[in-house]
Amino acid sequence: MILTVSHATTYRYSAPMRGAVQSLRLTPSRFDGQAAREWQVEVEGGIRGGSFRDGAGDRVEGWSVRGPVREVTVRVSGQVETRDLHGVLAGHRETVPAEAYLCASTPTEPDAALVALAQEAAAGASDALDRAHLLAAAVRAAIAYRPGATHAHTTAAEALALGEGVCQDHAHALIASAHVAGFAARYVSGYLFSDAAAGAQEAAHAWAEIWVNGLGWIGFDAANACCPDDRYIRLGSGRDAQEAAPIKGLAMGPGSESLEVAVAVGASQQ
Amino acid sequence: MLSRTAENLFWIARYIERAETMARLLEVGGRIALMPQAGHGYRNEWDSLLRASGTASGFAQKYGDPVQRNIESYLFFDRDNPSSVASCIEKARENGRIVRTALTTQVWDALNAAFQEMRALERRPRSELELTQLTEWTMRHTAMLRGAIDATLLRNDGYHFLGLGFALERADNTARLLDVKYYVLLPRVDLVGSGLDNYQWQTLLRALSSHRAFHWAYGGEITAGKIAHFLILNRQSPRSLMTATGEAVGHLDALALAYGCATPAQERARRLLRQLETTSVEDVFEEGLHEFLTRFVQDVGGLAALVQENYLSGEAR
Amino acid sequence: MAIEFFNEMYQGSQVRAPYARLEDWMRAMPAEFRQMKQAEAEALFRRIGITFAVYGEGGDPDRLIPFDMFPRVFTQVEWHRLERGIKQRARALNAFLLDVYGRGEIIRAGRIPARLVYQNAAYERAVAGFTPPRGVYSHIVGIDLVRTGPDDFFVLEDNCRTPSGVSYMLENREIMMRMFPALFRENRIEPVDGYPDLLRRTLASVAPAKCEGEPVVVILTPGHFNSAYYEHSFLADLMGVELVEGADLFVEGGFVWMRTTEGPKKVDVIYRRIDDAYLDPLCFRPDSMLGIAGLMDVYRSGGVSIASAPGAGVADDKAIYTFVPEMIRFYLGEEPVLQNVPTWQCGKPDDLGHVLDHLAELVVKEVHGSGGYGMLVGPRSSAAQLEAFRARVIANPGNYIAQPTLALSTTPTFVNEGIAPRHVDLRPYCLVGERIELVPGGLTRVALTDGSLVVNSSQGGGVKDTWVLAE
Repeated sequence: MILTVSHATTYRYSAPMRGAVQSLRLTPSRFDGQAAREWQVEVEGGIRGGSFRDGAGDRVEGWSVRGPVREVTVRVSGQVETRDLHGVLAGHRETVPAEAYLCASTPTEPDAALVALAQEAAAGASDALDRAHLLAAAVRAAIAYRPGATHAHTTAAEALALGEGVCQDHAHALIASAHVAGFAARYVSGYLFSDAAAGAQEAAHAWAEIWVNGLGWIGFDAANACCPDDRYIRLGSGRDAQEAAPIKGLAMGPGSESLEVAVAVGASQQ
Repeated sequence: MLSRTAENLFWIARYIERAETMARLLEVGGRIALMPQAGHGYRNEWDSLLRASGTASGFAQKYGDPVQRNIESYLFFDRDNPSSVASCIEKARENGRIVRTALTTQVWDALNAAFQEMRALERRPRSELELTQLTEWTMRHTAMLRGAIDATLLRNDGYHFLGLGFALERADNTARLLDVKYYVLLPRVDLVGSGLDNYQWQTLLRALSSHRAFHWAYGGEITAGKIAHFLILNRQSPRSLMTATGEAVGHLDALALAYGCATPAQERARRLLRQLETTSVEDVFEEGLHEFLTRFVQDVGGLAALVQENYLSGEAR
Repeated sequence: MAIEFFNEMYQGSQVRAPYARLEDWMRAMPAEFRQMKQAEAEALFRRIGITFAVYGEGGDPDRLIPFDMFPRVFTQVEWHRLERGIKQRARALNAFLLDVYGRGEIIRAGRIPARLVYQNAAYERAVAGFTPPRGVYSHIVGIDLVRTGPDDFFVLEDNCRTPSGVSYMLENREIMMRMFPALFRENRIEPVDGYPDLLRRTLASVAPAKCEGEPVVVILTPGHFNSAYYEHSFLADLMGVELVEGADLFVEGGFVWMRTTEGPKKVDVIYRRIDDAYLDPLCFRPDSMLGIAGLMDVYRSGGVSIASAPGAGVADDKAIYTFVPEMIRFYLGEEPVLQNVPTWQCGKPDDLGHVLDHLAELVVKEVHGSGGYGMLVGPRSSAAQLEAFRARVIANPGNYIAQPTLALSTTPTFVNEGIAPRHVDLRPYCLVGERIELVPGGLTRVALTDGSLVVNSSQGGGVKDTWVLAE
């Protein structure tokens, strides 16, 4: 598919800030399942900083905005050609070994309920890949999709106890249960094209990747009960949502911050 | 140099100057208390000293009535009083510790010795310490620090930020002292020129270590006009507003020369100096001494804010 | 059972050669003179402001680390061997760091378990795949050594992040030279005062490729409330570089700048004295007030160098320590010059059994502990202390390692009663940049309490001047 993305994130401050700094992971990953035809990232009024590919293969770019500043807008637009690889992250180059993703971070710390969920789900599995699929299905069954039920700092354990959440919670819960089952697992942020009206909420999307020996990293989108296909654009990864965040930023000054996001992912005819 | 370093140096000087002013105020109080006519007037004198030092409300909260011993403790030792001699010396020394590398050994020794001796003083029973010992101790240490700065410090930008701190704090302090004398100590116009008035002026001059200099320079009767001229416009008087402002201009000009560019601070300082230069004592009294001094204190505050913005904040480009 | 301790000055009634002249000095010194000199030394330390705040103890923030005037002496021959061993270790540790953030050959070769590296809290994924200038991660390696016999030195631990204490090495020497100039005329002692210059050159030599002209080096401190602030400011002064806090720096256009009275000035090398976790709130702890937002992006895109490199801590972990001899063989193809102390990993069931059976004879430490905290010295602990520690080890075995209680050497030390042997260790500081450098000396720490084997200053230890005699 050819997917077009238009994504604007605006931070507004209640008082003028002395300046802002951002670290952006907003460039599509390079692997066999996707290739950017054109892609632009721009921070309005900002100064472009250093750019590099990190150990997990993600393109990272630093930006800064001089003060006084009341508003910062990050604009992303571009076109990506995608292929359905059934979730397999084929042809992706990275230095960090899978072993580095065996440990939990705060949001993916397993509790007794997550341990039980992982053990039950994986019980009848035929092989590792099957076990991973079963874990994703179990997480989907245990956490219903409901926007607004959770917040940015909700942990996997809390979302599971609540039984509701959004893609971030599904991904955290899947990572936590994958760890319990002995898998290396990580958080992926990206975009999702959806023709259903209800999908618009999740155009900025997140899912999990689980390392399966012999196959490598495989994406699992528990929220949508599938593996990422040609509707998905992969941006970057980390141990959890905070690490994999497409935009990490900090504004210096006394003002409080409010956020506005507009994302549109469309499919264009070839 | 680092903006923060410049800021620390600037504040070392301000705190030291402030400690000295505080000690001088205490001396005024001590002298007045020794006079026979103190009687009923004595408490008022102490009270106005507290007001002069800007610490009256803090003192009232902690002690209530202005009893001499409490006032001495409050103005000299009390860490709850941010302007006490001990607080100022501690903060000056802390600022110095932070920028230890921008100071010579001699300057650091002078700062650190003042702090260490202060701690030793604090451990001694108060009954052993006469007020004059305390005030002389303060003058001795602040003089040693100035001497160390003048004798050993490289005449680089750091030196000028220190000098700027001394000059601006001194301009502010002299103006406030003068204002208190005229506005707080003696609100009634009919007392101007009376015996009481003269006595108060003399104590003030004494506190500024200037009574001999004054008599030498002017001679004869002490008049409000002579005093105002001496403390505001006299270029020979080390504590006059003219001298302090002139020094601030000198340090700012030296900075502009060293950095190869000026900032709005230079312009503002020069304007302030020009105003003083074109002012006569008659002009001051015509405007009203209090009004004149209030305006001057504000101007000095504005200049300090510009120095902060252009050099110390780190936001300059 | 009484342990025989090696006394570095006396063998029986014989004085060992390096201490021969000190014997006369010591004998000729009347008690009053010694007390006067000791007071003089303390006054000097206090005047220059070299003090040390003890973690979590409150009390006097201007406390001095006790200085013992009796020097510790090494011969040229002894030092030469130490130097070879220390440089070898520093090379191997850096090769290891470059490897584990790159292809991980030593792990692929099965010489070190992947788990110990990649699941280590000090392993930073944020620097994986990055090659710092000259391939150096740890630019200042502090190696803690103990001696148990004339030729027996053991490495107690490696410090690859920001080993502290070097200011004491320099100040101890300065004060000794001021107080006892005659000693320095009679003994030919290798100087250590070249250290700050060597450090500056080492740091300048790892400036990023984008740096043009003379590199601008700064020292990054957590601030003047930090217990080691004196050292930060002391080094900045001797190196002639700025001492900065996080708020003095900012990131723009792919470079790091410092806020000066003349506007922004570009910084090329940051010698940081703050932990990885606080370096950059965008990359590590988001609540850090000490760091610089965006620093890691600049670092990774080659705009600035950081010493020691973020992630260097994975090499000085107490669990990794066991494998340093293996690293030396693997990367350098050499046999280790300096030995490790035999170490039991409580995380391994066999080792744990041994440790619990012999708790009263062992020293048990936390894997991530430092400064002598969270540590058990078996032979010097009560039955109740042993039992309490046993429970902690059983609760979380992976958090502990154990080592035999070493018979730390002693050197003569001035104490209230006169002169008595006290236990010592040694921390030399190895500099790694374009070249590997080591000044002839180090910090000798001494346990001032009779019989104590804990030399940490936070636990009442003192310091001594450390001499290496010229031929």
